[in-house]
Amino acid sequence: MTEEFMGFPRPKGQVGIRNKIVILPSVICVNHVAQQIAKKVENSVAITHPLGCGQFGHDFNYTIKTLAGLATNPNVFGVVVVGLGCENLTSKKLARQIKRAKKPVEFYDVQEIKGGTIAAIEKGVEIGKKMREESSELKREPFDFSNLILGLECGGSDSISGITANPAVGIVSDKIVNLGGTSILPEFTEWIGTEHLLMKRAVDQNIADKIHSVMNSFLENTMKIGIDFRGVQPTPGNIAGGLTTIEEKSLGTIAKAGKAPIQGVLEYSEAPKKKGLWLMFEPGLDVESMTGLAAAGAQVIIMTTGRGSPTGNPVSPVIKICGNPKTCDWMKCNIDVDASSIITENKSVDDVAQILWKKLIEVCNGEQTQAEVLGFEDIAIWRVMNFPFSAFKI
Amino acid sequence: MNSEDNCATALATISKDAEIEINGNRIKLNEDIEIGHKIALKDLKKGDLIKKYGEIIGIAIIDIKAGDWIHTHNIKSHYLEKIKND
Repeated sequence: MTEEFMGFPRPKGQVGIRNKIVILPSVICVNHVAQQIAKKVENSVAITHPLGCGQFGHDFNYTIKTLAGLATNPNVFGVVVVGLGCENLTSKKLARQIKRAKKPVEFYDVQEIKGGTIAAIEKGVEIGKKMREESSELKREPFDFSNLILGLECGGSDSISGITANPAVGIVSDKIVNLGGTSILPEFTEWIGTEHLLMKRAVDQNIADKIHSVMNSFLENTMKIGIDFRGVQPTPGNIAGGLTTIEEKSLGTIAKAGKAPIQGVLEYSEAPKKKGLWLMFEPGLDVESMTGLAAAGAQVIIMTTGRGSPTGNPVSPVIKICGNPKTCDWMKCNIDVDASSIITENKSVDDVAQILWKKLIEVCNGEQTQAEVLGFEDIAIWRVMNFPFSAFKI
Repeated sequence: MNSEDNCATALATISKDAEIEINGNRIKLNEDIEIGHKIALKDLKKGDLIKKYGEIIGIAIIDIKAGDWIHTHNIKSHYLEKIKND
């Protein structure tokens, strides 16, 4: 039987599993305008954020790339970009980036409208409703999994995650890759100690060298400013839970990426250039990480959690899988797949992987995840160039 | 997790003197093992490498007996040790 899911066709051969209208403020100052518009447009989401002005260099570029990436994610039908009018990141600049995806985009600035924010909200609602009407004419069609990009995330991990939920996700990730699809493992701070294994899995020597050099240069350069990333893991909570060394923790983390060969290392929010398993250079805060995955084009994210994380994403559904029996019970409303049967019923990791695969197909077909039902839609964008602390003399 | 492993992870808290069976070998626990913590599957000498997932997760800093709890008191990171010596 051919494995397939029901998705929405998008321009440029992309496939979405949601059909959202995004209301995107280009700057923090108009977050409220975007939120008010989204309240009145069905199936829309406002992607609010604290940035868009007073940024420079790489930091500014990552903000543009990430916001544009979220808006061009295949789960999005069309985008309304709202600017204020005096910010660095203008609505026009952002809309130009989004237009590359050939999907409906409109933009305007609040300062260019007579009537202030009240009139700006009305204008946004009018545009948004029109887009929503167009989007509702689109019907789901069958697609194979070569059209899917899966994001691999873990958060609030415990010592059980690495031997239950994480390897189950690894099986599902390998299955996606075997079906011609794509999978992305972010959070490089949790690969430390397993570089040699990741390098062995690289498709060629160049990629192996790149994995080594990005990890090494980060660890060496942060040492120079007094931060030892190798020394902070495992955390006291991890140790109390049974994890002993940094490499043990990282082995549990990278289990999510199965056994597939590694095609390359992506920058934060960078879309993979071809199919297969990719690493994303991103430092490990869950919400920042999932924002980068969705901006890279992941239509769906699987997140393993031990202690229980409720987080979601505004454009990509996040499926939670948990191996901890107490968390599965106490935070039932936040968990999609209960992997604790590995512990309580002696089920195998393969059994749980099958349940997760079924859930993944259902979510691709339109079933809402718990994070979607409960409305978790936050983003955070990686800040790469805040002023170095050493620059301050107070 | 893997046939090459010389430690196993407890999926439930197990009391001292309980016997567990792994790959046909019976091992008596020398101390209480909390859920998520590791047990030595055979006698290990100081300097031996500890394997979980079929990969090295550390190096023994003292001799360890089969059935002992394996944690920060008797193993340390092999990865950090290698970097220190490079």
